[in-house]
Amino acid sequence: MEKSRKLAIFLLLKVLRMATLLAAICFISFLLVKNSPIDPVQAYIGADMVNVGPEQREQIAEYWGLDEPIMLQFSHWAGALLSGDMGTSMVYREPVADIISVRFRHSIALMLAAWILSGIIGFALGAVAAMKKGTLADRIIQWYCYTLASTPTFWMGLLVLMVFSVWLGWFPIGLGVPAGVLTEDITFSERIQHLILPAVTLSIVGVGNVALHTRQKLIDVLGSEYVLFARARGEQGFVLFWRHGLRNIMVPALMLQFASFSELFGGAVLAEQVFSYPGLGQATVEAGIKGDVPLLLGLVLFSAVFVFAGNLIGDILHRLIDPRLREERL
Amino acid sequence: MSSLKNKRQRAILITVLAVVLLAGVVLLGFILDEEKIATHLDNRNSPPSLEHLFGTDWLGRDMFTRTMMGLSLSMGVGLAGALGSTMIAAFLGMIAATMGRAADAIVSWLIDLFLSVPHLVTLILISFSLGGGAKGIIVGIALTHWPSLSRVIRAEMMQIRSAEYVQVSRRMGRPGWWIAAKHIFPHILPQLLVGFLLMFPHAILHEAAVTFLGMGLSPHQPAIGIILSESMKYLSSGLWWLAFFPGLSLLFAVRLFDVIGGNLRLFTDPSKTHEE
Repeated sequence: MEKSRKLAIFLLLKVLRMATLLAAICFISFLLVKNSPIDPVQAYIGADMVNVGPEQREQIAEYWGLDEPIMLQFSHWAGALLSGDMGTSMVYREPVADIISVRFRHSIALMLAAWILSGIIGFALGAVAAMKKGTLADRIIQWYCYTLASTPTFWMGLLVLMVFSVWLGWFPIGLGVPAGVLTEDITFSERIQHLILPAVTLSIVGVGNVALHTRQKLIDVLGSEYVLFARARGEQGFVLFWRHGLRNIMVPALMLQFASFSELFGGAVLAEQVFSYPGLGQATVEAGIKGDVPLLLGLVLFSAVFVFAGNLIGDILHRLIDPRLREERL
Repeated sequence: MSSLKNKRQRAILITVLAVVLLAGVVLLGFILDEEKIATHLDNRNSPPSLEHLFGTDWLGRDMFTRTMMGLSLSMGVGLAGALGSTMIAAFLGMIAATMGRAADAIVSWLIDLFLSVPHLVTLILISFSLGGGAKGIIVGIALTHWPSLSRVIRAEMMQIRSAEYVQVSRRMGRPGWWIAAKHIFPHILPQLLVGFLLMFPHAILHEAAVTFLGMGLSPHQPAIGIILSESMKYLSSGLWWLAFFPGLSLLFAVRLFDVIGGNLRLFTDPSKTHEE
């Protein structure tokens, strides 16, 4: 009873903090977007601009309320947002909420695949490096992780594309949705096929952080007295790792993975661009380049909620798994 | 290598080499003349050779020259962004540590604010707001990279403020600015320097990424991001060198900055002076 009450208070405080942050993000991004020199009317009409006279232009601006003071515009937008209306995308001419939900289904498949792959591989690499500390394997793994930290994600994507699509011809080049095919008609296997390369790219780049942290953590654990005692009893190698190492290093690795949603999203933006994968990232870039203000604002908010969800899940799991955390402060 | 048994001596050698290499790239970016990236239609799409180390593109421009110019441009943008970000970090870190609990809470809320949206999305938003170009990227990088460094600065300041010699100095009637200038600033300067250098790689990578997405530097500038995004059109025709070498050079440059920053941290830590 006491426990669940503490958890409830903890969650409430987290959500309150998130609410203040989201409100600030709404306000700041709205101001930023309004500051842009890209004319929304021009962005909306595009190439047909030559056919639109100044009067029509003013009418459109008036219809959208662009001539009103900026604070009034903000209050309209924020009011609509609170009632669940995120506006209509200028490029797609569809409600922003619909676009985001469709795109998110594509993106989550990609991000989830990359997240799980990089987590498992990174964890395994880190554990091996720590168990074999000082050996050649350890050095290679460390070198690999440090080098990957300096590798541009999109360049890695281009390399993967060159090797697997152009040279080996195993996968089609680009286009998550092939030209001339409706989104609904894509089969499951086709979708998987288009998912593999971006997911592989994100996993290759994503393992570094988890691996290095896990390595350090396991080295700390291996230096502890209870491991020394276990060694004295004759335990070694995998048994030692299984009995004393694994559980100690799993929680930090899991926490790190949940805290990495922000980088995951950023990586997905780049990978989706390289592989023309129709997810949230591609929509973000498109909204930025074409000046699709409602969509851009919606995506900024959504990405913030996404990152927050990751942190929150990580926190809750941490409290559930690690008994030490429940005993201490709130 | 027998004379370089000490870890610090090895680190010094590596750092000097890294600095020389990077300086060489910047120098090359200035020296190499524009003529080499002019259009040479008689020498298009040639693979890497001794004359054109990185090959040439579909307009016959020398890719090595474009890459070096792009790298020094990236470093310039990264330098400006990282400088701005370091200043923000120093300012907010000091405020959080010295101005009381309310200021501390506000700064920590600000840190959460900037960490709650993915960096790349923030960069796209800011770049959109400022209409693209170098200005957008520099402001974007300056505004997104400070949180972790400001936490370090805050922690250092908290620690040094309660140190005995600072307490004694205060009791002896030294004014606050004197303590700040003579005791605290020299203490956090190395942290700032190391933080600045370690921010550099991120700044350069983000610049290249945003430019690659088409929201950064203009297509007329020889930026690495531009080169790589252009190369995408030619990948399927097998012109692998258009993407391979520029990206690899970027990777090397970023890695070198990382090495310099890491080694500098080693130098600022006196306890590691004689480590084997």
